[in-house]
Amino acid sequence: MMPVVLWTDALVFLLVAAAVGAGFYIRRREYLLASWRRVGESRAGMAALTVLLAFVAVGLLDSLHYRARLEAVGGKAAAGYSTEVRSALDALLQPLKAATERTYSAPLATHLYAKETVELPDGSQARLFPRLKHGGAHLKDVEAGWGRDVALRILRGLALAVLGWLTFSALAVLAAARHWGTGWPAAWRRIWRGETHFAWNAVLVMLGVLLLLAGPVVSLAGGYHVFGTDKVGQDVLYLTLKSIRTGLVIGTITTLAMLPFAVALGIAAGYLGGWVDDVIQYVYTTLNSIPDVLLIAASVLMVQVAIDTHPDWFATAAQRADARLLALCLIIGVTNWTGLCRLLRAETLKLRELEYVQAAQAFGASASRVMGRHVLPNVMHIVLIAVVMDFSGLVLAEAVLSYIGIGVDPSTISFGTMINTARLELAREPVVWWSLVAAFAFMFVLVLAANLFSDAVRDAFDPRVASRRIAFATQRKGA
Amino acid sequence: MLAYIVRRLLYAIPILIGVNLLTFTLFFVVNTPDDMARMQLGVKRVTPEAIEKWKAERGYDKPLLYNAGAEGAAKLTNTIFFEKSARLFIFEFGRADDGRDIGHEIRTRMGPSLAIAVPTFLLGLFVTVSFALLLAFFRATYLDFWGVVACVAMMSISGLFYIIGGQYLVSKVWHLVPISGYAGGLDAMRFLLLPVIISVIAGIGSKTRWYRTIFLEEVGKDYVRTARAKGLSEWRVMFRHVLKNAMIPILTGVVVVIPQLFLGALITESFFGIPGLGSYLIDAIQAQDFSVVRSMVFIGSVLYIVGLLLTDLSYTLVDPRVRLQ
Repeated sequence: MMPVVLWTDALVFLLVAAAVGAGFYIRRREYLLASWRRVGESRAGMAALTVLLAFVAVGLLDSLHYRARLEAVGGKAAAGYSTEVRSALDALLQPLKAATERTYSAPLATHLYAKETVELPDGSQARLFPRLKHGGAHLKDVEAGWGRDVALRILRGLALAVLGWLTFSALAVLAAARHWGTGWPAAWRRIWRGETHFAWNAVLVMLGVLLLLAGPVVSLAGGYHVFGTDKVGQDVLYLTLKSIRTGLVIGTITTLAMLPFAVALGIAAGYLGGWVDDVIQYVYTTLNSIPDVLLIAASVLMVQVAIDTHPDWFATAAQRADARLLALCLIIGVTNWTGLCRLLRAETLKLRELEYVQAAQAFGASASRVMGRHVLPNVMHIVLIAVVMDFSGLVLAEAVLSYIGIGVDPSTISFGTMINTARLELAREPVVWWSLVAAFAFMFVLVLAANLFSDAVRDAFDPRVASRRIAFATQRKGA
Repeated sequence: MLAYIVRRLLYAIPILIGVNLLTFTLFFVVNTPDDMARMQLGVKRVTPEAIEKWKAERGYDKPLLYNAGAEGAAKLTNTIFFEKSARLFIFEFGRADDGRDIGHEIRTRMGPSLAIAVPTFLLGLFVTVSFALLLAFFRATYLDFWGVVACVAMMSISGLFYIIGGQYLVSKVWHLVPISGYAGGLDAMRFLLLPVIISVIAGIGSKTRWYRTIFLEEVGKDYVRTARAKGLSEWRVMFRHVLKNAMIPILTGVVVVIPQLFLGALITESFFGIPGLGSYLIDAIQAQDFSVVRSMVFIGSVLYIVGLLLTDLSYTLVDPRVRLQ
């Protein structure tokens, strides 16, 4: 097989590398570590982080792309690579991906959702709900066996989940016991009662919940379509898992792509002042004055025209779709950076007058050195808060943009495209609700986790929140 | 004051020129009219004659910036930039791809847009400020805690879910109001009720949380302690003192969107089939009608600049300490 690195893949891995690098950098610096410890103390934040990491794991698996070598046909050597770009997640979910039905089927169904004319063994024809090709195909007697089979599979999944959770907890407790030098019952009590600095109990509870949900789904997915199938018979579970990467890419790459500009321009405008400030302010006021949706629409239409008129730029359909995804990220980034830039400019204006900056100036440090060494580290908390706060909004925005038709490429699987194709199905009789509900539910969990985590980060890093917390505590004591 | 307004309006001119140049670059330089024509006529099997005809019909067959073949002032005026982009400054929008006058369309569609955007705005402001005040009044209690939890949950739900779910439940299952459509006069009430309510609900989560933090910041200030020290009841403190002062950041924060109410609600209008500017824009995007998108970009930025000006003026109205010069 031939590995394929799409543009967004490269940026995703760059982001992961940057996060790991930042982790090592922070480890050695106590003053930075202190804030992160406060994040780690937040129970809601760590439970949310557990969920986010599960999503990120799926997204990363889906970012390892490759093109399979073509099978040798008729004894001749294989002529090259398939034009279909697949990911590690695709390979993992191959049974789900391959198990397509003819059209809609309800979650866990054994029969199709629409009546079809079927030829009976005796030659006559009848209108009935035909059996699915894959969902429940292993059952001989559907009426009698279905309930038992489903219950058994759920139980098996739950048992596996409990087993997995116990193993993980045991490992965590043993590691903690060794670290503290206590026996494991003491370590268990300490973790469970929340006497640890890091909110281990929240992580373990959330992990348990995730495993209890995932276990039955995995075990059921072996024989059924857990979330049903869509109009062309694709498994909805597969589609929702594939959507995660698109959501994550839009949520992270967008801010990442524009971050250097926002930070550099914001600090430069605030620190240098004068005509630099005027020019930068003019640029962001102009960009800001165009309503976001309109600027995105105009730019995406342009990108679309460019892509359509130059089909020779891209080797595969996946690369074309990826180019559009990247372009969308950059465009949303252009509409999004002005807020951060303005915040940084205001903060730099304040910092410029502080003693340590003046001292650096008095020592003869150049403007770029003062900005890089003295101003930048002191506005990093604003940048961090902006990045984590933006994420959830961007995931939600993707769905809306895809509905308008200026989102991701229609061939890219995303929450937006899923909702967009599914929303008309509510008008059907009887209602086809599962793909819509699955997309909304996954999106809700992802965004909720991101919101809770970003709240924890903001509470730990924002000095204004810290002062409010003190006011709160004293007030509660007084009451 | 008048001098300030005049100066601010003069500042707006370079920004509008910037917007205009940006859209001109996007629509005519990055993508040439040839590309547009090919797109509209179908990418494959299109003859150069057909492209020329398409361009001539819509006036795209002129040079971009400088017409060397023309005489005198026409060297500059007989160009795409002057005909298509510069004309926007006097609010002449030209015709859409289907031949209709864009200016006329915008004027007639403004009514339905305002009919949905204004009630949503006022009702939404009232509801969210009341909720936020309630949470701030019961701060540090279970009501406050669960209220914030509910806010975070509500802001994590996609706006599309509120619309699709509400439409399904209220219109399809309960048959209370029509699913979509619009009618003039009092009849419009039936069609507007659901979209307005849904838009208000969709906005509750994030705004309530935001206003709550504003209220809490106010509550921690010295004048509140003074008011309590005078022996005022908590109700009086909240409504007479905190509410009034907290309304300054809240009101000045929302003033900037007031002019944009003219643009209507993008997604809501299109889901409920309301013939406003929001659905006009979505239709134009889907039909890839660039002249309509270009006009809406210009109007949108004009309204935004008016909003910024109103924001600064509103500071002086609600906060006598602010002096504009």
